[in-house]
Amino acid sequence: MRRPRLLYVPFWATYLFLYAPIAVLVFMSFNSGDSPYSFEGFSLKWYGELAGNAEIRHGLVNTLVVALGSTILATVLGTLLAVGMARHSRSKLLDAVSVLPAVLPDLVLAIGLLVFYGMIKMTLGLHSVLLAHTVFGMAFVAAVVRTRLTHADTSLEEASRDLGAGPVTTFLRITLPQLTPGIAAGALLAFTLSVDEFVIAFFTAAPTEPTLPIVIYSMVRFGVTPEINALATLLLAVSFTVVIVAQRMTRLTESLS
Amino acid sequence: MLQITGVSRRFGDVTALADVSLEIRQGEFFALLGPSGCGKTTLLRILAGFESPDSGAVTLDGEDLLGRPAHRRPVNLMFQSYALFPHMTVAKNVAYGLEREKLPKAEVRSRVAEVLEKVGLTSMAGRRPQQLSGGQRQRVALARAIVKRPRLLLLDEPLSALDKKVRAEMQLELKRLQHEVGITFVVVTHDQEEAMSLADRIAVFSAGQVEQVDAPVALYERPRTPFVAGFVGANNLFSGRACSVGLAADGLGVLPGSSDLPDGTPALLAVRPERLRLDGGQNGEGVLKGEVADVSFYGGVSHVSVTVPGRAEPVLAATQGATPIRAGARVSLSWAAGDGVLVPQ
Amino acid sequence: MTRSTVSGAAAASRSRRSRALGRLIFLGPGLTYLIVLLLIPLALVLSYTLFRRGRFGGVVYEATGENFTRLFDPLYLDVILSSLRLATIATVIALLVGYPTAYLIAMLPRKWKTVALVAIVLPFWTNFLVRIYAWIVLLSGPGLVNSTLGELGLGPFEFLYNQGTIVTGLVYSYLPLMVLPLYAAIEKLDPQLREASANLGARPARTFVSVTLPLTLPGVVTGCLFVFVPSFGNFIIPELLGGGRSIMVGNLIRDQFLKARDWPFGSTLALALIAVLIVLLLLQAWSARRA
Repeated sequence: MRRPRLLYVPFWATYLFLYAPIAVLVFMSFNSGDSPYSFEGFSLKWYGELAGNAEIRHGLVNTLVVALGSTILATVLGTLLAVGMARHSRSKLLDAVSVLPAVLPDLVLAIGLLVFYGMIKMTLGLHSVLLAHTVFGMAFVAAVVRTRLTHADTSLEEASRDLGAGPVTTFLRITLPQLTPGIAAGALLAFTLSVDEFVIAFFTAAPTEPTLPIVIYSMVRFGVTPEINALATLLLAVSFTVVIVAQRMTRLTESLS
Repeated sequence: MLQITGVSRRFGDVTALADVSLEIRQGEFFALLGPSGCGKTTLLRILAGFESPDSGAVTLDGEDLLGRPAHRRPVNLMFQSYALFPHMTVAKNVAYGLEREKLPKAEVRSRVAEVLEKVGLTSMAGRRPQQLSGGQRQRVALARAIVKRPRLLLLDEPLSALDKKVRAEMQLELKRLQHEVGITFVVVTHDQEEAMSLADRIAVFSAGQVEQVDAPVALYERPRTPFVAGFVGANNLFSGRACSVGLAADGLGVLPGSSDLPDGTPALLAVRPERLRLDGGQNGEGVLKGEVADVSFYGGVSHVSVTVPGRAEPVLAATQGATPIRAGARVSLSWAAGDGVLVPQ
Repeated sequence: MTRSTVSGAAAASRSRRSRALGRLIFLGPGLTYLIVLLLIPLALVLSYTLFRRGRFGGVVYEATGENFTRLFDPLYLDVILSSLRLATIATVIALLVGYPTAYLIAMLPRKWKTVALVAIVLPFWTNFLVRIYAWIVLLSGPGLVNSTLGELGLGPFEFLYNQGTIVTGLVYSYLPLMVLPLYAAIEKLDPQLREASANLGARPARTFVSVTLPLTLPGVVTGCLFVFVPSFGNFIIPELLGGGRSIMVGNLIRDQFLKARDWPFGSTLALALIAVLIVLLLLQAWSARRA
């Protein structure tokens, strides 16, 4: 059927709406002036300032530590859980609990963990954020791996058992390799979500160990500086690259399988 | 009644329709037959209004059809997938088109009831399409289209989604309905048996062009192009040049046939398997001699394939009932000159 | 005979044991983690709603219903209602913008479809705070929109710090979550159904109302849920774009925990938030079952 012409208006409006603020931000990051609002000439000065900002560096390192740690933990736990749910359980309740962290408002999970940490008298720090991020990271890994598992051919596992391999060998040699793309996608998702996560980190991080989003938040709250423009541009560049690479990779794995 | 004149349609590099002209008569059951990708579906979509031709004209009773949007054409289509609305009951599906005509509710109800009765689905009126069998769904699709009393009913591969038994039933049903309602039917199909059994006339399509338009018997017995000779029914085809008594075949000598082609015209000779006579032994005065390669029995008919020296493909002969001939036997093949049809190449 | 029965029973018990072992190995770690760091914390929050606040924060384990009566204090009720209103407006706008966009994407040629979809998702994968910050740069007093308008001799206007900006920020942040499920639903729709509708005499508008919309309703509901849920509990957007006052229930909850130190009441507000979301999820399940 023909595409109605009239639809192109909201269509382009949507993209303009989505990209105009981002474009402005990127443009202003190359401003030589001190105002974040009026462009006075091209310069990389704010990128230099950014590189010298110890607070941001500290936040970045913290974020990477949390993201990396929680991703590893979430990937292991999430994959095991996915296999367990797909092959060893038919519990609807378990299904519901496993997706709960993904659908629960982040604020609720954040206060829950804050209360819990308070009750067991755990001191806050990076570890408390790491443990918290693992909760939702695991839910996403489990969900992604599980869809892959339900599409996977169970007859391969049965063939392996039929040929004399035990359950552990079957899991390691047959199930796991089949799941690799799903696990990789889940891990990437968990990592990205952790890097970006603000609300839960805000509630569970120690004031002395802020993650990058917390640093950005306090900068934005206490005034606008062109340094954020530069930081934002860099973050955008990283996100865009990751998304595009991931897109290419999934297409590659899809065409391979 | 329906006049298609010089219709062409290209999709990028692909020519779907090349200068197609056809005339379809009032009350006729007409079939567009051809292999997939031959352009017949494109023509159907042009008639329904989902596609426009690059050039050409289509008129219905002298009125231009192409200028009207799809929803204002007195043409209804029965989709191959049936395209029944899954969120509506059978009755709602059938009523949908009538409601668009802003008919009074009572009339809509009585016409829906009438048409459901006609296709034998009165008891299913309250069901959803998902709760019906394939044959029943098709009846709903048919009812939904004919209830509008269109001038022209288009059917896209109407029997292809049905299993064999339901197919035979539906075939009869379609013919009966067409008689009853008196609407002109145009059916698109790739299945020649379907076309043969349903249609009054058939247009054979190949690569966007009409090869031949004829009644089924004429099409079967007098193919006019090599494509039709090869596509409609099984045929043994020999290539060569026309001569006074038939065909001077390449490497096989003169084969009997009837034609009005001038001598020397490059031509194909087509002989139906069931018109071939098989004689055992070497002594027969058959036209061709060869050895039986394979015999297969299809309940009622036996197919015998015979390898003939000088010809790459085996010659196929069909005989009634079981045959005593076994693989490896030497046989001779013959046919009456009237059964060999010459087609210019 | 007897022996084979015995060994059959042994095999059955062995396979039972191996199944139990499999469950332990695969389900054990993840389940334990979820119980300790998800279910227990949630249960704690739930239980706090029944207790009194401590004088210096914390909880006094003394049962009370006053947290719930406080919810209906106009001071708080207004905030809850205004959160509902803002989230609803944002959802409706996202739907009105998102539906035609998703519809057109679904009709694009294959190659452009992927490009258009990736372009919808891309901003969503960039840092949430950065995207909100971009709006501050655009809309603030000396910001770009005002300076452009100034050149034309207009303004300056106060764009920031009102409910309109909050809605803009919410729509901006969650629009991709509206477009994706809508796209999936529209894409799944058999185009022949639309053709059938036209063929039966329906005008394009009628086809949309009678065929396209009802059949894509599950996508509409999912999209609305995806926008409404994070909007309703949001506290960053109202804080950064709305001027820091407690306008939405998210701010209120945050303040109860980090400023007022009234954890029981904060928990009760969170429970109210979850209750609204559960009602919505039930609505969605109901609509999905109907479709």
